[in-house]
Amino acid sequence: MDLRPTAAEERFRAELRAWLETEVPKYGAPPSRGDWPARRAWDTSWQRKLFDAGYAGMSWPKTYGGREASLAEQLIYYEECARARAPYVGVNFVGLLHGGPTVIVEGTPEQKERHIPYILRGEQVWCQGFSEPGAGSDLASLRTRAERDGDHYVVNGQKIWTSFAQVADYCELLVRTDPEAPKHKGITWLIMPMNLPGIEVRPLATLHGQSEFSEVFLDNVRIPVENRVGAENDGWRVTNVTLRFERGTAFAGEMVDLKRWLAEIAEVARRVTDHGTRAWDDASLRREIGHLQAETDALWYLLKLSIAQADASGVPGIGASAVKLFFTELKQRVGDLGMRVLGRAVLGRSDVAGLPSESFTYEALQSLSMTIAAGSSQIQRNIIGERILGLPKDR
Amino acid sequence: MAFRLSQEQEELRQGFRDFCTGRVSLERVRALEGSGFERDLWRELAEMGVFHLRAPESAGGLGLGHVEAALVFAELGRAIAPGPLVWSHLASGLVDGAARGETVVTGLDLASSRRGPIVLEHLGVADAVLVLREDGVARLDPKSIRSERIETPLDPLTPVSSAAALPAGERLGGADLARDLRQLGTVLTAGMLLGIAEATHVLAVDYAKERKQFDRPIGSFQAIKHMLADTFVRQEIARASVYAAAATLDHPEVADVATVVSEAKITAGEAAMKNARTCIQVQGGMGYTWELPSHLFLKRTWVLESSFGTIEEHADQLAEGVGAAGT
Ligand SMILES: Cc1cc2nc3c(=O)[nH]c(=O)nc-3n(C[C@H](O)[C@H](O)[C@H](O)COP(=O)(O)OP(=O)(O)OC[C@H]3O[C@@H](n4cnc5c(N)ncnc54)[C@H](O)[C@@H]3O)c2cc1C
Repeated sequence: MDLRPTAAEERFRAELRAWLETEVPKYGAPPSRGDWPARRAWDTSWQRKLFDAGYAGMSWPKTYGGREASLAEQLIYYEECARARAPYVGVNFVGLLHGGPTVIVEGTPEQKERHIPYILRGEQVWCQGFSEPGAGSDLASLRTRAERDGDHYVVNGQKIWTSFAQVADYCELLVRTDPEAPKHKGITWLIMPMNLPGIEVRPLATLHGQSEFSEVFLDNVRIPVENRVGAENDGWRVTNVTLRFERGTAFAGEMVDLKRWLAEIAEVARRVTDHGTRAWDDASLRREIGHLQAETDALWYLLKLSIAQADASGVPGIGASAVKLFFTELKQRVGDLGMRVLGRAVLGRSDVAGLPSESFTYEALQSLSMTIAAGSSQIQRNIIGERILGLPKDR
Repeated sequence: MAFRLSQEQEELRQGFRDFCTGRVSLERVRALEGSGFERDLWRELAEMGVFHLRAPESAGGLGLGHVEAALVFAELGRAIAPGPLVWSHLASGLVDGAARGETVVTGLDLASSRRGPIVLEHLGVADAVLVLREDGVARLDPKSIRSERIETPLDPLTPVSSAAALPAGERLGGADLARDLRQLGTVLTAGMLLGIAEATHVLAVDYAKERKQFDRPIGSFQAIKHMLADTFVRQEIARASVYAAAATLDHPEVADVATVVSEAKITAGEAAMKNARTCIQVQGGMGYTWELPSHLFLKRTWVLESSFGTIEEHADQLAEGVGAAGT
């Protein structure tokens, strides 16, 4: 147990910091949250910059153009990006963290050639078509049907909550190819080009007002069989391979950012006055900030501990579920604090009287989705209880 | 950066756990309810290096670091080992005989326990008392303290005495020494709290697998399962934080020492407190009995929580550094 950085880690941090310090200010301000084409352009051209500088695909193997960085370096990467307030992975999320890694592990040489370099350079945006109106937490009950017709699958059904669908080039799509088989056994993983006939994307407004995700209707969409990743009916296993890849770092960027945000809330609390009294003068508020600071730091150490364990053992550690559960609930508590610190400035969704109402209210509202998406908090507790603690199943 | 236990550290932890299972068993500990001390046990703990494991080998110690000390104290917490363990560890090297368990040393951190009356633990068996003040460290002769033994202590394994005031005593060092001892004491106390969080988590999980109601183990009910998932997460959060604080004491250049020390005390205190309560709830009526040990863990948590700064005191200190100019 030694928290000291190695010489190589220090060098990496210094180089990255210097690069970010020149590039981030030059890159300018992000587009408005509702302007998806502009957001796509902003996120992908930043990805291109990362690629040109050698910082794209930190966890990806070198053979596929990634940096294959050590886990320590990956964490340094997230720390430095948050420190420099660099653009977040954004619309590149599914491609870089999910679709790309799946293709790397399970894809054919042609599939790799067609997607991997492009995802890395920010030239291909992916979305994830897993959830359906009837299949949320119980994902394996999905019903979107794919029937073989020569060298195509003909797909009919509906996906929902598909983030980035309105700007994506490809979709990692889960379909049912064998309706007779037990539910986990009849699923297939397909790469669906989003420009095929029969696909209709209808954006859905979220509670924070922007259309972050969409409904995707599939009407006789013909997907070439060569777009299948893994064997037919083996899609459930294919879905789980990426977990091995990412080893719990998926939320790392947002975790460091949480720490930065908490500091910003404290800074605002020192400025906000209510009839001459600073928010900061409220002892219970200060105490809560101290408390949240302890938990935010502890979470970061837990992430380090759990990925170090995963790295040593080769299997995702106990960490992933515990980290996800704790992080998302913590973020909601920080979000709530941010709202309260604003006082009546919270009533505006744009900045009020020089206070950061726009970002604080956005983050607080957005944090509500985090305990639902990617395995709800209840599902995480089931996983911890049953797989880690060995408690008996419900039925 | 290698933020995980080395093989030697894993072995030390396992070895010490085995030692505690055999020699600091629940039966042996519970036989001490009321007195909270047994000289033979104290000597065995000293032989295992509890008090001087960080002393250099040339001085008869084991030459180990703070991480090892935190691991050992987590095991002691898990075993609810009684006695002024943290203080005697702090006194090793300062008070003759503390290292080998010949001198029993208790103490009080006056700088962080400002609220309420002066209450000393294990005064009856102590040969010396260390007092940490803002400006220095003093050694007091227990006989020089006018104190009153409290008939029924909260923790039956931690006898306590109250005193109206403390004499100045013999000065052992200044503010720096006081700060160093306070930080180390805080981390070791947090280590014990982590051990309690672990022990109560395990007790609760085991009970939930065994106990049946409505023809199934109560652990199959989500209401119970989810509480236990939370005790697990709190334990892991506390573990990460305690290890980080100890690793920072080993290499103070990696983080702000005062910050990580406070963070460890907060997260471990919270984990122990909530896990011990959850354990009692999961055990139902049995959890509320004297017979089951769960209450001993909760009561010890109160003892440790009130030592070296409470959750609230540490949270207040931490807040000062968040979002302040230049951070
Ligand atoms: C912002 C956002 C973005 C998303 N992006 C995508 C995307 O890009 N692609 C995609 O495929 N999906 C996406 N999702 C969907 C997400 O994966 C689902 O919302 C999630 O799996 C939950 O499913 P559900 O919404 O149907 O809720 P349900 O499964 O209906 O759950 C409703 C409630 O019941 C609880 N519950 C369900 N089962 C159990 C159980 N066994 N035990 C205890 N409680 C239970 C849940 O915890 C929840 O509180 C996104 C969701 C959000 C919010």
